Amino acid sequence: MVTQVTALARSGLADFLIQRLSAVVLALYTLCLLSFFLVNDGVGEGIDHRQLVEFFGSASMRAFSALAVLSTAAHGWIGLWTVATDYIRPHYFGARATVIRMAFQVGCGLLLFIYVWWGMRLFWMLPG
Amino acid sequence: MQVSVYRYDPDVDEAPEMRDMSLELPEGKDLMVLDLLERLKEQDPSLSYRRSCREGVCGSDGINMNGLNGLACITPVSQVAKRGKLALRPLPGLPVVRDLVVDMSQFFDQFEKVRPYLINDQPPPAQERLQSPEERAELDGLYECILCGCCSTACPSFWWNPDKFVGPAGLLQAYRFLADSRDTAGAERLRDLEDPFSVFRCRGIMNCVNVCPKGLNPTQAIGKIRGLLVRQGT
Ligand code: SF4
Ligand code: SF4
Ligand code: FES
Repeated sequence: MVTQVTALARSGLADFLIQRLSAVVLALYTLCLLSFFLVNDGVGEGIDHRQLVEFFGSASMRAFSALAVLSTAAHGWIGLWTVATDYIRPHYFGARATVIRMAFQVGCGLLLFIYVWWGMRLFWMLPG
Repeated sequence: MQVSVYRYDPDVDEAPEMRDMSLELPEGKDLMVLDLLERLKEQDPSLSYRRSCREGVCGSDGINMNGLNGLACITPVSQVAKRGKLALRPLPGLPVVRDLVVDMSQFFDQFEKVRPYLINDQPPPAQERLQSPEERAELDGLYECILCGCCSTACPSFWWNPDKFVGPAGLLQAYRFLADSRDTAGAERLRDLEDPFSVFRCRGIMNCVNVCPKGLNPTQAIGKIRGLLVRQGT
């Protein structure tokens, strides 16, 4: 059994399932946004601020957006962790590989955290 | 015919190099790559490689031929040579002992990890443990592996994490025992594989399937292990 603290759930199975589930959420969210923009901007007149607020301000859309932001963070973390443990290795980076990988992961984590924090503020503070 | 061979003798050479050798091939006859190696060795007795059975059974002569892993003894020269040229290298990713001979320790360490033997906590019957023909059929496509290492050394995930990712050969064997009706350690076996590396580093690249000289399908076995893990975990 190989354990690695920086994986998201410390279980390969959980990470695997989260990765797939979050991908489905993101795919559905993309479709949802796409159809909103296509339907409302069908004739190329553009979408105004009121329409946007109405759309993103509904309770269900706020919950969906929050879920999408969380999915992005989880998906991104697992994916980038995998890439980092594949490629940031002593083979290419020498003895400091682990330090460089940790720095990279801290950077990713920070970025994703800001993203979640900002996303939550954005979607929950919109006037309903 | 131009053959370019990876040569490295750590006692003499500072660094590995590809050395060109040429060879007259007999007219109207397709040699196996191993025959070619034997002839090259007559020219230069210092050339080193592993071989034993010369019929695709022992798994000792896995090498990389024009970029593709396979067994030299059952690979016709015509199948791998391109425009009369052939480059022979050791299996990629493993430490080279000398010329085409690699150190397979990492490969066998991973094999050992999956406990490739029957575990049964029931008292042994007077004679053998029986299986129905259907139960026996579950092992087809799994038990035939000869541990040549062609698959694992073609797998990028194994190149990057040979100490943590079990690799296609080991996982094919892990499934061979998970699928065996006489084995009672299934739950334990799955628990040992559930971490983020052992199984889940497989990215489904399918290089393993592409090169297996026995025509086996490690990717499918890995998929089945994942299925079992999902069922056990949920
Ligand atoms: S699965 Fe195929 S390629 Fe891999 S070790 Fe077994 S026989 Fe060789
Ligand atoms: S399918 Fe999986 S085990 Fe096979 S080569 Fe690809 S990553 Fe490796
Ligand atoms: S020499 Fe035995 S498999 Fe090729």
